[in-house]
This record gives sequence, C-alpha cells and structure tokens, in this order.
Amino acid sequence: MRTSLSERLLDLAVSGFLWGFRILIVAVILIGTIATIRTGKYTGEQWTDFVIFGISQGSIYALIALGYTMVYGILRMINFAHGDIFMTGAFAAYFLATWMTGTGFIDNNPVLGLVIPVLFAMAVSAGIAMLVERIAYRPVRNAPRLVPLISAIGASFFLEYAFRGFFGPGKYAYPPIKALEGSWTILGTSVLKIQVIVTIAAFIMMAILYSIVMYTKVGKAMRAVSENKDTAALMGIDVNRIIVSTFALGAAMAGAAGVLFSLVYRQVDFFMGFTPGIKAFTAAVLGGIGNIPGAMVGGLVLGIFESVGPSLFLEGIGITRPYQLKDAIAFTMLVMILLFRPSGILGERITTKKA
Amino acid sequence: MSKRSYALLSVLVLASLVLAACGAAGPAASTYECTDALGCVTIGPSEPIHIAYWGVLSGPDSSLGEDSKRGVEIAIDDKGGKLLNHDILLTTEDAGCTPEGGATAATKLATDTSLVGLIGSSCSDETVGGIAALTNAGLTTISPSNTRPNLSDPNRGPDYAGYLRTAHSDAFQGKAVAEFAYNSLGARKAATLHDGSSYAEALQQVFADSFTALGGEIVAQEAVAKDATDMKPVLTTIAAAQPDFLYYPVFVAVGGYVTAQVRDVAGLENVALAGSDGIFTADLLKGAGPNVEGMYLSSPDFSAFTGDYAGFITKHETKYGGSTLSTFHAHAYDAANILFAALEKAAVVQEDGTIYVPRTALRDAIYATKDFKGITGTLSCSASGDCGAPVIAVYQVVDADPASWNPADTANPNPKKIYP
Repeated sequence: MRTSLSERLLDLAVSGFLWGFRILIVAVILIGTIATIRTGKYTGEQWTDFVIFGISQGSIYALIALGYTMVYGILRMINFAHGDIFMTGAFAAYFLATWMTGTGFIDNNPVLGLVIPVLFAMAVSAGIAMLVERIAYRPVRNAPRLVPLISAIGASFFLEYAFRGFFGPGKYAYPPIKALEGSWTILGTSVLKIQVIVTIAAFIMMAILYSIVMYTKVGKAMRAVSENKDTAALMGIDVNRIIVSTFALGAAMAGAAGVLFSLVYRQVDFFMGFTPGIKAFTAAVLGGIGNIPGAMVGGLVLGIFESVGPSLFLEGIGITRPYQLKDAIAFTMLVMILLFRPSGILGERITTKKA
Repeated sequence: MSKRSYALLSVLVLASLVLAACGAAGPAASTYECTDALGCVTIGPSEPIHIAYWGVLSGPDSSLGEDSKRGVEIAIDDKGGKLLNHDILLTTEDAGCTPEGGATAATKLATDTSLVGLIGSSCSDETVGGIAALTNAGLTTISPSNTRPNLSDPNRGPDYAGYLRTAHSDAFQGKAVAEFAYNSLGARKAATLHDGSSYAEALQQVFADSFTALGGEIVAQEAVAKDATDMKPVLTTIAAAQPDFLYYPVFVAVGGYVTAQVRDVAGLENVALAGSDGIFTADLLKGAGPNVEGMYLSSPDFSAFTGDYAGFITKHETKYGGSTLSTFHAHAYDAANILFAALEKAAVVQEDGTIYVPRTALRDAIYATKDFKGITGTLSCSASGDCGAPVIAVYQVVDADPASWNPADTANPNPKKIYP
C-alpha cells in the first residue's frame, strides 16, 4: 500500500508516543518497586498480607466480571446494570441473614448460614436480571449497538433509585457470621478466616460456572449462540431461552459476589454496586472480554495490583498518600490494556466477523 | 438634530417632570424604593418568607444533614411557623456531601428570587463547591456543621462574603483531640487517615500539627478515596509505622469500613481508635460492628451548652421520636434563629403587609449578631463569619449496638463523655 510521507510520519509519531508511554509506565513501576524494597519498610509477612487482601478482593471482582463477559460474549453488549444486580443480591441476602441471625439459626449452623443466603441472593439476582433482560434489553436487541447500551444505563439507574426508594439512602450492616471471625494459620502466615472462605467460595462458583458452560447442553447452546445466533437458531436452539439463561447465570454469580462482598465489608447500600461494577468491567476487559477464564484472571490481577500497587511502586516514586490513587491504578491498567493488547490478557473469544 | 426631534424631546422631558411630581405628591408609604446594592426580595402580603436548607440528605452521611434540618424545623416551630406575620416556608436541596453536589444545589438555589436566606451546608466540601454561586446571587448562608478552618479565615476571599457558621472551626477540634491523645491517653506515636474531603484533610492536619507541637510523633499520614471499601492494604501500610493512636476524622462510609477492618490487620490489634464529629452518629455503629466499642469520638461538648439544650431535646423527642441523629442539630437551631433575628431587623414592612428584604442589610445584620443567646452558647459573629462558641469534648463509644446510641441520656449515655 502506498502512503504519503506525512501519513508515515504521523504513524511514526503515534507509535513513538506509545512506545514512550510503555517505557514510562514500566520505568515508573520498576523504579518505584526498587525504591520501596530498598527502604525495607514492610516485612515479608506484610507483603504476603497485601497479596492475600488482593486475592480476596480480586476473586469478588472476578465473580462479577463473569456476568459482563458472558453477556458480552452472546449479545456484544455491555450490561451496565450488572453492578446493580450485584447490589440486589446483597440486599436480598441482608434481609434473609438478618432474619436468620435473629432466630439464632446462623450462630448454630454457620455453614448453612453462609450457603442459604448465597443461594437466595443468587435466585433473587437471577430473577431481577431476567426481568431486566425482558423489559429493557430484548425489545431493543436488534436496534443499533448504542441503543441497548443506553437502555442498560437506564436500567442501572432504575435499579439503584428503586432500591433507594424502597429501602432508603442509608447503610445497612450485614450481620457477621461468628464462626468466621478470627484467623487461621496457613503455611506459617495468619490469614483471616473470612478471606479464605470468600476466596474458596468464589473459586467454587467459578468452577461450577465453567463446567456448566463447557460440559452441559445449555452451555454448549450458549457457546453456539455466542458463535452465531442465526445458525444456532437454525440448529434448533431457542435463542431467547439461551440468552435469558446467560443473563440468569451471570446474575447468579453477581448475587453470590454480593453476599461475599457484604460478608467482608459488612455494609449494604443502594449504591454499593457502582464501583465494584466498574472495576469488574475493567477486570473483564483486562482478561479479554467474552472470555470466561479471562474474566477470572483479570479479576485476580486487578485485585492484586490494587492492593499491592500503592505501597509497592507508588510509594517508591515518592507519592504521598498513594492509596488515594488506587482507582487510578485500576483505570490506568484499563487504558494500558486497551492501548497495547486490546484483546486482553487471554484474548477475546469472539468471532471477528461479528464484533 | 431636527426641529421635530427637539419637540419630541421636550414633550418627553415635560411628561417625566409631571409624572415625577405626581409621584412625590402621592401616598409616600405604598412604594418602597430598593436602594440596596444587592437588590431586595419582595414578599407580597399573602406570600410566605422563603428560606432554604441545603446539605447532605442522601447517601451514607444523610444523618448529618437530616439532623441539622430537624434543628431548623424546630426553630421554625418555636416561632409558631410565622415571622413578621408571614408563614415561614422551608425548602431543602440535597448537596450530597461533595463539592459537585454543593455547586449544583447552590446554583439551583441562586436562581430562586423568592429566597431570603439559607441554612447550610452540611459538609465543608459542599460549601467549597457552592458558596460562590450563593454569594454572587446576593444570598447569605449560615452553616451549622462546616468545620474546615479556612472557611472563616480572614483572607478567605470575596466569594465567602455570604458565608457564616455556627459550628466550631476544626482549629479547636484537632487541637482538643491531640491534647486528649497526648495528655490523657499517653499516646506518643500517632497515625492519621483521611478520605480526601476538605473536612477530613484539614482536620487531620490540625491534629498532626498540634500533636507534634505537644512532643508526639506523627508516624504515618495516609488517605483513601471517599468510595473506597477495602481498607486492609492502607491499614497494613499504617501498621508498618507502628502507631499507638489512629485518628481518622472521616465521614460515615470510610469510618465504618476502617473500624470494621482495623482489628484484622496485624499490628493494629490494640491501637487506640479515634474519629470526630463527622462520624458522631449511630450510622457509624451500623457499619463498624463490634470493633467500635471503646472508640473515641470528638464532638461539640453538649454538657457545655449554656442554653436550654434539655428543652430542645424534649421538643426533638416529641416531634421525631428517638435520639438525635448526629452532632449539629443545636447549631442549626441557633443558625436559624440568628437568621430570623437578622431578618426581623433588616426587613422593611409596608402597611399592606408587603415585606422588602434588602439583601446587603440582611447580610450585615447577620454579621452584626452580638451576644446572641443561643442554645449552644452566647454567639457573636466575627467579620470572617465565625459565630460559634466552640467547646470540644471527647466521647467514648461504650456499646456497639446502634440502638443504644443516645449521647444526651443522663443515666446511660452512649457515647459517654470522657474528656475534658
């Protein structure tokens, strides 16, 4: 292809800038890290703690990110109401768990006290997500791509302010499970019980989801619809039903994440889904949107970077109060990934024809 | 100029002279001529006197704003709902405890020409964002709960001409907490954490300066974003500095997350926890869980109020039931009464009941408030807008159950005053 000199110069300038940016970020991380490690402010145990905190936060991000990624994989749309689906799960579990704590059930049966609210939250979240799909997404499914996106933002606001209307703007305190307080010593480091449970629970949920998608008939149909809706319909797959079950499955994960999040941070309010929602979306893009293992990896990477980053490299380059920049780390990562590897860490799993 | 133009001009001049003469000869009282530099608010004979309350009425800090709003409502009730034989109309505007929210609320209020005066805002951030719009519209607001020191600094700039407060400045509060930590608790190594709000950022700095001046050491000063939830990483950073006193004068959301998570971080199991008036509310207990027991909270000293605070609490109990929501209800009550007194002084009442309120005169009357007997004390406003009579106390949470929150209870107060 013949290009003029000015076009080539422009290309050169752009790629030069991108390279400069890449080198700058890597330099900041390297210099900061070396500087921090040389000061020796933190003990090895504290570094382990940072990573563990990151993993438990990251596994919650990963659970939410699954919903974004699955819906994107099938409909090529970003379901911005997904963060609020997470909030509805937390609310449902809050009311059930508060009632169960009142009757003394949770203190006597800590395992069921964890499992039952999780299942209930999954059911409520799935139900609400199916309603949202039916009311806000299906009628505009074949409209231009911007329309479902705007509809999703509307659904997000609707859920937030409906919950605010019903339950008020205040915070609710999620009842703690007494058996989960304190910590265990694993491999010589003391780890909070709740974080172990949350991480394990998140991984179990992800494993279940992955096997549903990979090894069941519904999962196979989902993959087929994601590949090509029309062909899937010709093969006798009820596309509408599969789309609804994708929404329900993703929302169930978000509902479970809502309970785990409330167990760790203990506060439930109508706006709680916003920030985790955006972070999980970042995680989904980070891992490669449309890619289920990618969402898990993206969530964990994001969680760990957010937790370790401020003290590892921001402090080292002389930034005071680095934790105010925690969100900046997440979104810088998003920008970096979009600039340098738009398909994400593990790559998008969507056919380019359709995207 | 042509002859015709001259003729027209002279006719016009003559006509205006005649009209002016008629005006002077007519009944003098019926038309009031507004000469105020900022203009006047005209209130018709059957129209209410419109005042507004702006502050945080939604989100995690809504109890702060709601509490002050109740103070204003009780002040209106005490006037029988009437001022100068006109009904008092109170409208509210949510400012969300952010600079952007404050700017939006203030801009909206500034366009309302029926508005006479305002009470608010709740959070210092709201004032930082909104005060220019109000001042430029000729309005004056009295804040019951802004405590950031430089809001009433003598060099605060012309945008703040319409701003006064009945709340204390944190120059007092930060110093009181530092003295309590150093002298009463014997703390020597303190750490602070703030949430980036102008309130928390300034207050922790006052504390840090005072604590250092007393001979203590500030080992860490950290900050998080206002919507952060995972505090364990930042607390681990603080733990690395090994403080024996952790001061986080933040708002409810961050306060709850920090308190709930602080004991889980290795090295902070026994650190003394302290916050300030921003989290002096039962809502903190809801989010914080059992760790909050034993936490220190600074606040205006309710027992040092010289006015009839007990009487106010009784009215509050009758009107709303339950204990007060936060710290600044009494300051709001006083702010409203200062506004009413100034209004009575500045308003020009006509025979037919019409009221003209010259805006500069009203503002000057508020600034001229002297030896005003309020319930928080005897209040006099300074030229830089400070009307408060600050006496700070440190309280300790004795019960983590939000239902037990009642600082005004005489037998079993929670939290309980322990200093001075």
